Amino acid sequence: MKENLYKYILGIADNSLILGQRLGELCGHGPSLETDIACTNISLDLFGQVRSYYQYAAKIIGDGRSEDDIAMLRKEREYVNVLLVEQPNRDFAYTMARQFLFDVYHLLFLNELQKSKDVTLSAIAAKSIKEVSYHQRFSSDWVKRLGDGTEESHQKMQSAIDGLWTYTDELFHQTDIDKIIVSEAIGVDVTQLKETYYNLVSELLQEASLSTPESKWFQKGGKQGIHTEHLGYLLSDLQYMQRTYPNMEW
Amino acid sequence: MMSEEQIKNLEIQFEERIARDEKIEPKDWMPEKYRKTHLRQMSQHAHSEIIGMLPEGNWITRAPSLRRKVALLAKVQDEAGHGLYLYSACETLGTSRDELYEQLHSGKAKYSSIFNYPTVSWADMGAIGWLVDGAAIINQVPLCNTSYGPYARAMVRVCKEESFHQRQGYEIMIKLANGTPEQKEMAQDALNRWWWPSLMMLGPTDAESIHTAQSMKWKLKRKSNDDLRQQFIDQTVPQAELIGLTIPDADLKWNEERGSYDFGEIDWNEFWQVVKGYGPCNKERMNARVGAWERGEWVRDAAMAHAEKKQKQKQAV
Amino acid sequence: MSTKNWPLWEVFVRSKNGLEHRHFGSLHAADAEMALENARDVYTRRNEGISIWVVESKDITASNPENNGELFEPAQDKIYRHPTFYDLPDEVKHM
Repeated sequence: MKENLYKYILGIADNSLILGQRLGELCGHGPSLETDIACTNISLDLFGQVRSYYQYAAKIIGDGRSEDDIAMLRKEREYVNVLLVEQPNRDFAYTMARQFLFDVYHLLFLNELQKSKDVTLSAIAAKSIKEVSYHQRFSSDWVKRLGDGTEESHQKMQSAIDGLWTYTDELFHQTDIDKIIVSEAIGVDVTQLKETYYNLVSELLQEASLSTPESKWFQKGGKQGIHTEHLGYLLSDLQYMQRTYPNMEW
Repeated sequence: MMSEEQIKNLEIQFEERIARDEKIEPKDWMPEKYRKTHLRQMSQHAHSEIIGMLPEGNWITRAPSLRRKVALLAKVQDEAGHGLYLYSACETLGTSRDELYEQLHSGKAKYSSIFNYPTVSWADMGAIGWLVDGAAIINQVPLCNTSYGPYARAMVRVCKEESFHQRQGYEIMIKLANGTPEQKEMAQDALNRWWWPSLMMLGPTDAESIHTAQSMKWKLKRKSNDDLRQQFIDQTVPQAELIGLTIPDADLKWNEERGSYDFGEIDWNEFWQVVKGYGPCNKERMNARVGAWERGEWVRDAAMAHAEKKQKQKQAV
Repeated sequence: MSTKNWPLWEVFVRSKNGLEHRHFGSLHAADAEMALENARDVYTRRNEGISIWVVESKDITASNPENNGELFEPAQDKIYRHPTFYDLPDEVKHM
């Protein structure tokens, strides 16, 4: 029981951890100072959420592991984030498209999680909703700007959406643990979010003069811990200190 | 056109205003030299904030704990903000941020040389916060009172926000110094590498500093470089002792008579070499900045194009 | 090839209800929405505000300090606009 809830929380938190880490890579390297500051804010929001989730997970599992042990000392196969969030910052279009495709899901998800029977999860969700609403607004605006900007930006944004599309379906896959936690009225039934998600996304893509990809072939595996090749490199940065200097306080 | 005598008169009035502690605002008449000196100092300061993001930005993805990671992210973000405030102050004198970037990217503009040193361990995040921000604060606090209004206001904001930066760094050092032998060694090693560049950061020795007298009059500078350096050393040495770290200077000794520390010779040759572009990371820093700017160009263009389209649609309705 | 740079905007922030919007600084943005978002991210990250105005800097008309004499000095000697100009008997404590 404890173990299930623990794993369920990782399923939520790992997404924010990996996406926060990706955004953190960009700090100082964005197209303008203003966008740098904005992307860092999003990253900070996500890490704030991550800490609340892992602290709660640490309490539930109760075996002495800390938030940092959970965040930084698992093996790659034990991270259960979706493939979408680990995709690299190929260019600003990719970064914003990835953010947008995740934000729309994230907000729908949190709106449901807020109704959770688990008061801690419900409280974290309630706080995060405000943050993520802003993320969605920010990333949507950028998808529109780039989609409807210049010829070049339109192409770049379209190819980012096309490239990342294959990772969207996985957002709505249910793991066995998900099913158990949903049945306990703690978890969110993500399969129920799918239709709304694709409606919202295509609506905005249309507004941005972008076409919604028609491909029905989707990648999956993140929720089972089978990742794209990108995650290993991300983890070697994330875990570097904890691995090189085990059992120390920082 | 004003006659030379008229200008002379205006200059005298101008200097009197500053001497009376009046602030100068953007549209006020000011001597050309005042404008130029301010543009130079404020833009160098802005560039230093932006370049300064890079050595610390290095470690955001590798921070050892989530708590450290968010603190570092917030700190590097603040530096972007400070650069932004300072570029804005420059713009009040009629030079756009893009022009200033151009000067930075072409190598014409200078920035604080200390950011040309590499950050090679986590302890460097501690040393930078503690020493580099410590030295910067000593320089910056008096500027909250400088004569040019927009600069003074930017500095008030900067100083207010920076107050957590130095603590953040010192706390990292405390933790390391009280940690395992390996951690303590990491901290000492960082102090060894950052100590001398931090002293140099306060500027060339007074004998070699060209701008000081005029800058003092305009309150762009309130104390000489050597005085600032002494103040920095006097306040930092006890902080190092408190956490059991050793300042890497064999000649460092308390001077009872002066009520200050005597310290060893600074390698000014190294300083000038780094200023001239031969520091360990000058090229990397510049490549990172120029790269980010060039990679961002299509993004900035697209945003403008979109804004113009929307504007046209609005007008058509 | 860059055509145009993002224009400059001035940012005004209301720190809390009951206070006026105050000039906080400036920033660059392509349009008003972006200027608002950027202002939120740049100037209110420490909980400094509850309302933001942005206005493109070029749309501000400013008085010229050269005219300060005619604009502002005539107000200096109109002391009858201030309550201290009027004599009251000591017995009247508050008016």
